[in-house]
Order: sequence, then C-alpha cells, then structure tokens
Amino acid sequence: MKLNHKDFNGARLVTVCEDRIDAVCAIQFKDEMRKLTDEGPNRVVLDMSQVQFLDSSGLGAVVAVLKAKKSEQSLELASLQPAVHKVFRLTRMDTVFSIHDDATAAIESVANAS
Amino acid sequence: MRPERIPDTTFDGAPAPCGEDGVLRLVIPANERAVRRGLMCIKLGLKNLNLDADDWSTLELVVAEIFNNIVEHAYKKPSTGLIETQMNYSKGQLQCEIVDTGCPMPNGTLPQGMQKSLDCDIADLPEGGFGWLLIRQLTSHLNYDRAAGHNILTFQLSLNGDT
Repeated sequence: MKLNHKDFNGARLVTVCEDRIDAVCAIQFKDEMRKLTDEGPNRVVLDMSQVQFLDSSGLGAVVAVLKAKKSEQSLELASLQPAVHKVFRLTRMDTVFSIHDDATAAIESVANAS
Repeated sequence: MRPERIPDTTFDGAPAPCGEDGVLRLVIPANERAVRRGLMCIKLGLKNLNLDADDWSTLELVVAEIFNNIVEHAYKKPSTGLIETQMNYSKGQLQCEIVDTGCPMPNGTLPQGMQKSLDCDIADLPEGGFGWLLIRQLTSHLNYDRAAGHNILTFQLSLNGDT
C-alpha cells in the first residue's frame, strides 16, 4: 500500500498510489492513513484518482479513518473514479463525506481558504 | 452439448474464454489474494462479451463481495476450501452461480443487507455490513440453497446498461 503525501498551507494531500483498496489491503490502508491524519494538519484531502476498485472492506477502512480523525480535523475525498463513487452512492456514504471532483482544485481551495 | 471439464488448476492460465455457448467456469482457493486474481480471470474470461466499464464494475463488485464473504465467514481459516464459479450469458443477462463447501449461512438464509442509518455522530458510523447491501442492490433473482454440504448462491445481472 503506497500513500504519497504533500503538505500545503494548512492542508495535507494524500494520494493513494494503488489501483485497489480491497480486502487484501484495507487494514494496511487504514493503519497508514491513521498515521498520516494523526500527524497531519486540520484538513486532509484524500486523492483517490488512481483507485479503480473499492469493495466494502475498503469502504469500511475509509470510514474508520474518518472516525479516527481528530475532532477539529476534516477528511475530504477527491477524484473518485466511477466504480468507487458507485460504492459510496449505493451505501449513501456519499452523504457523509465531503467529496471533491478534482484533487488539485480541492487542495487549491483548501490552501486559499487557510 | 459437450460436457465441460472443470479445470483442476487455477492460475496456470486464463480460464477458457466465454465462448459461443456463453459459459465461464472458475475454481479458486478461498483466500483474499486468490480473490483478486480470480476477478482478473473473470474479466479476461468474459472479454468476448465486451462489457462496458459500468457493467464490469458492477460485476466485479458483486463477485468480490460474495467471494470475500465466503473467505471470511464460510471458511473460518484461510485456504481451507475452494470457490467454484459458473457464469452463463444469454441475451443481455449474466446468470451466475457461486458454490463453496464452508459453513452454511446463519439461519440458512441470506443476510438482509439493510441500509444502516447514517444520521448519527461520526463516531457511531458503521464500518461494516455493506457487502450484502451492495449485493442486493446490484443483483436480481438472488437465491441461496444449502445442499449436500454445499452453499449455492445464484443471481442474475442485466448487462449492457439494461439495469
């Protein structure tokens, strides 16, 4: 599970460099994301543009990261591919997360806002 | 019709493509990595159907959820059993049967897969229980039977944007 991160003013952009978040790697994703949010600034944007497949274990891991963040922190998602967005939509988790169409635009708006 | 031989090796090659008779058969060991490879084998095996991205993502998600459920719940320990899959395609419908020899479903029936309330504090959000919700939303004619020590799950998917 490879996660790259880059810090901007008041925001951390985390890019998932894998094409799947599934039962094989969901726990690893959750653990590594928790580290990145624990040490991170108040806004964390997760760029999922490379993720082509997410199953219910992957969804559970993303929710677990949301639940583990500090109360003053936000976890936002960006660039969900159609197959991934479908999982969020069918489970209505798209109503829980803040979802941006584009990771770059999201981080720019975050950087400008802070 | 000539009877088809069930392959005795899993990953030595791609499965026979879904040919003129529209049949695909796949047997994989019940573990998470084999599930990943099995999904790739199904994608290759169904190449002739020219599924669009949306249909493939639905099929991949449904089969992944069913396989994962078998790996995690039907077989208690990894690599203790096999998962057999058969798919038949005809006139826009993919008829699927997935069989394992693990524990039966609790109470002999499929989980309801109800939508859980998300109108709660973040701390109370569910982290699981989405699998059957997804399977039930994306399939039709979903049926479960237990016969002679086998779990037999059948369902149907409408392809080519028919859903």
